[in-house]
Amino acid sequence: MAGRVGIEVSVAIGEAARQANVDVIAAYPITPQTHIVEHLAELVANGKLDAAYIPVESEHSAMSACLGSAAAGARTFTATAGQGLELMHEVLYVASSMRLPVVMAVANRALSSPLSVWGDHSDVMAVRDTGWIQLFTENGQEVVDHVFCAFRIAEDKKVLLPVMVHLDGFHLSHVIEPISFPEQSKVDKFLPPNKYPLPLHPDKPVTMGDFAPPAIYPEAKWAQEVNLRASKDTILKCWQEFADIFGHKYQPVESYHAEKAKTLLLTMGSFSETAMTAIDRMRGEGRDVGLVRLRLWRPFPFEELRRAVEDAETLIVLDRALSFGGPGGPVCSEVKAALYGQAKKPKVVSFVAGIGGRDISPDDFEAIVNRGIAVSEKGSPNEYEIFGVRE
Amino acid sequence: MAKRKPKSDAEMTWRDLEIGAIVTEPGNASRYKTGDWRSQRPTYDFKKCIKCALCQIFCPEGCIFPNDDGNFEADMYYCKGCGICARECPTGVITMVEEEE
Amino acid sequence: MQNYGVYVPRLVTKKETFVPGHRACIGCGEALAVRLAAKALGPNTIIANATGCMEIVSSPLPTTSWKVPWIHTLFENTAAVASGIESGLKIMMKKGRIARQDINVVAIAGDGGTSDIGLQALSGALERGHNFVYLCFDNEAYMNTGIQRSSSTPYGASTTTSPAGKVSIGQVSWKKNMPAIAAAHNIPYVATACPSYPFDLMEKVRKAADTPGPAYVHILSVCPTGWRCPTDLSVKLGRLAVETGIFPLYEVEDGKYKLNFDFTELKPVTDYMKLQGRFRHLSEDIIEKIQQRVSADYAALKEKAVEG
Repeated sequence: MAGRVGIEVSVAIGEAARQANVDVIAAYPITPQTHIVEHLAELVANGKLDAAYIPVESEHSAMSACLGSAAAGARTFTATAGQGLELMHEVLYVASSMRLPVVMAVANRALSSPLSVWGDHSDVMAVRDTGWIQLFTENGQEVVDHVFCAFRIAEDKKVLLPVMVHLDGFHLSHVIEPISFPEQSKVDKFLPPNKYPLPLHPDKPVTMGDFAPPAIYPEAKWAQEVNLRASKDTILKCWQEFADIFGHKYQPVESYHAEKAKTLLLTMGSFSETAMTAIDRMRGEGRDVGLVRLRLWRPFPFEELRRAVEDAETLIVLDRALSFGGPGGPVCSEVKAALYGQAKKPKVVSFVAGIGGRDISPDDFEAIVNRGIAVSEKGSPNEYEIFGVRE
Repeated sequence: MAKRKPKSDAEMTWRDLEIGAIVTEPGNASRYKTGDWRSQRPTYDFKKCIKCALCQIFCPEGCIFPNDDGNFEADMYYCKGCGICARECPTGVITMVEEEE
Repeated sequence: MQNYGVYVPRLVTKKETFVPGHRACIGCGEALAVRLAAKALGPNTIIANATGCMEIVSSPLPTTSWKVPWIHTLFENTAAVASGIESGLKIMMKKGRIARQDINVVAIAGDGGTSDIGLQALSGALERGHNFVYLCFDNEAYMNTGIQRSSSTPYGASTTTSPAGKVSIGQVSWKKNMPAIAAAHNIPYVATACPSYPFDLMEKVRKAADTPGPAYVHILSVCPTGWRCPTDLSVKLGRLAVETGIFPLYEVEDGKYKLNFDFTELKPVTDYMKLQGRFRHLSEDIIEKIQQRVSADYAALKEKAVEG
């Protein structure tokens, strides 16, 4: 399928997994990722993808089957969203702490109750601490590219950690976008076969998943944390190699007219593309504004974030999830924490917008920037502002 | 991570652990002396032993083996003193007595 | 190649793949059952073990009692993990990434991890038809966490969450029939087993491993700690459970029931129950009720076996 095609992003993910020669797919349907697992089923059924397709009976079992498959040394993939990500919550911790390279596409979806199938980042924010490498994507091409990168990073012997590729539910999963699929030979060059170092096999018996009394549990977890932090090195190297082979360059934090801008907006996911339109418009009107886009979510890119924002006066962080009774905007709370000890840093303002899939238009972004500047000058009675909620 | 003397869990550093805390030495729990648990121990009247190996089959620890004479005897390093062998022995070879140590 | 059809102890392999040094209680019937099952499975085995007694006693970091590849993840998902292992191995062999060979994929769980929290994952794995063995080691309660009731706890048994008391007889529901639930999935092989009949157990585990597709073996595991009995009674109690008809030994092969041991006369249930502290509080009425139910269930099972 080499060349540029118009294709639904969910279907494109399936195609990317096919090109990556995935071995095992644990599949459970949930809106809005269902088209991913449906397309994969079709590929397998027509002999276009030689993989074991396990139609599990819940997301908890989907991730559990992924544990088994990855532990046996197979290239493993699954996809989920919203409630599904929550249902597999405890299993996520196991995948990372047992250092099993699973790749999962998450079509970010709002959480019940009320039931919402539409896109926001509540599901992601609930899994911050699970120890997975997490990457955000802004458009269809990025999603496809990151499926390849995800396998490459996850299975790297210096990493051996599971990777989540986040894409906004509906806003990204269901749109048809122009996407270039690379030549298979290039993918094969970029993605060597999976060689898990200590797989479950009678030739060399290993025991995975011991229990750890207090005397040794902290050591085991620290080892995990050291390795997650160190994985950033491999992520950067992977992105560089990806750029060399395929021409698209990715970075942990990406700036858009952000150098020396007085006011910065920070977004993650498909918000960013709409925000860029708003930024262009405002700059056209002579406003000194720029955009910072967070791509690498875990391990958190402390250095890159600090560098990207240090010259600004105001940083408006736009969250697509609400942390109830707490900081309001989860990403903003992390940004604030990252900047806390810095001598030179902007005033940070927290906004929550677009939850439950509500669209935020370029006009809305402009309003948010204006309100953000006002808040940073005059203060706000609230810890954070929620945008667009009818009173 | 080859080490001379195996470190106990309280001595290991985070670097001593294998990736994902995987244990790569199969069966290394055999270092643990479960024999310290017992409050009674098997004693034997081997004249009656018919070498049927039923005690070996029924031992939950799997620590009963034929000695040099072919009679079946528990390894005291592991024997927890449950008494199953004494009860199941068809010819009454084994009597459980109070452990003195 | 072991021949478990010949019931001679000396012919059983002396190799232990579940080695001594494990932390099971003194006289643990489950450890005995696991040890025997491991012998029958042999070294070409990968085990996915749910959280529970056997998992905890065999795997304190940094040690392991297992000489076969073994993975523990969580409590309720062992059948799903086994599904992933089985599928992973199958596809990697098909793609030529690892050598083709017979590897038994075995899921091990207790009664809690099977009939309660693990039921969904088990049902899914059985329905999908993975080529694996599911061994349920049933000690009739959540023993590892201190004797709490499960849906496999027998009627009238006292546990910490179904205690006998002034207004309670203990467990008020009847033991869930897990072998019947497994058989209802129309899998090729279902069996019940007990380590007091060690060769029958090993033969069944071997048969389960050799059956293509899913196989389920439900193994009674006497627990002196939880059942409140002397530690040397584990084998005798298992025998009595079978001889009273409380835990009949049978197989279901492609839907056909077969009773492995039948008795001209079943022993009364009191023979079994009076040796265990967990039943000590029961009145004669309740014991009679239990006796009637056991007799009725046994008769129904026999009829099924006759129908074939």
